[in-house]
Amino acid sequence: MTAATEEPPIRRGVPLWVQIIIWIGLLGLLVLVGITLNKREQGTVQPGDVIPDFTLPLFSGYEYAGQSGIKLSDLSGRVVVLNFWASWCKPCEQEAAELQEAWKYYEPTGQVVFLGADYVDTEPEARVYLQKYGITFPNGPDMGTRISQLFRIQGVPETYFIDKTGVLRYVQVGPFSSLEQIQAQIDLLLSE
Amino acid sequence: MKTQLHFTFFVLLIVLAGVLVAPVLAQGQPPTDDDVNAVARQLYCPVCENTPLDVCPTQACAQWRDLIRSMLAEGKNEAEIKQYFVDNYGARVLNEPPREGLNWLVYIVPPLVILVGAVILVRTLRTWKKPQVVPQVESPRAEAPVDDYVARLEEEVRKKN
Repeated sequence: MTAATEEPPIRRGVPLWVQIIIWIGLLGLLVLVGITLNKREQGTVQPGDVIPDFTLPLFSGYEYAGQSGIKLSDLSGRVVVLNFWASWCKPCEQEAAELQEAWKYYEPTGQVVFLGADYVDTEPEARVYLQKYGITFPNGPDMGTRISQLFRIQGVPETYFIDKTGVLRYVQVGPFSSLEQIQAQIDLLLSE
Repeated sequence: MKTQLHFTFFVLLIVLAGVLVAPVLAQGQPPTDDDVNAVARQLYCPVCENTPLDVCPTQACAQWRDLIRSMLAEGKNEAEIKQYFVDNYGARVLNEPPREGLNWLVYIVPPLVILVGAVILVRTLRTWKKPQVVPQVESPRAEAPVDDYVARLEEEVRKKN
């Protein structure tokens, strides 16, 4: 006589369709995380990249051609020098005078446009800064940090030299050391 | 009696006047630091990562707190001030992501993961069983002979085999 063997109990696992949904959800999350990390790793836009069109609203008193906002595409055929700055940025003060001097030098040619994008700043302090350094080239706030996110800037000051066809040609991270440094880049683009 | 009534009426009048005037006086007062920090606490410094605006020590943050103060003094409410900061500095300045688009994942995924984990845990715990004591089944040969005669008979059979 042998003891009756007991049958193992029927295991009830997670239904297959639930497992599939969970795995698809996890995969989707991983893809999202991967995309975000990839974006962060990209760094700033690089020379050779075509810059997408953007509009920079301008402070009153700093308009360009009577417009209170300026589109990059409207400046096609001209060299564009886009400078990101802020009133709370000490290194920005080191290059403010050189930038204004360069603007005064190139403005009569009509071939170069300087743009100042005020990064996460307050307008009263920004105006004090602009007046302090006698800056006259078009300046405006980077609303919602949209333009700085387009360029994926790492901080301020950063200056981007865009050629006549809208292609980025040079990036200056940090302040310029001299007027000649600015002129060297612009003259190179003008000679093309 | 009449004097008492007049006096009571006069006191009530003064109290009523005070109640009506007090809100007007309060509106004229500038926002306090607590008022400013109550809004700043809900915002992050746009420059310094993960630093709430109310505790950020930089000059820029002090400027933004002054901005909040002036907006409160103008009569703007908390929602309007937060919207202003979002318009100027982007949604990342908010301490809570706005509930729109892919941001909903931030609110849905963690509780969902916890819930799924809890379900899996409960199911797993249920399948665990205490080890059962299985009564041993002895083989016929190992059995002690019930009957002496039977035992001797079995032995004889074994010898012959």
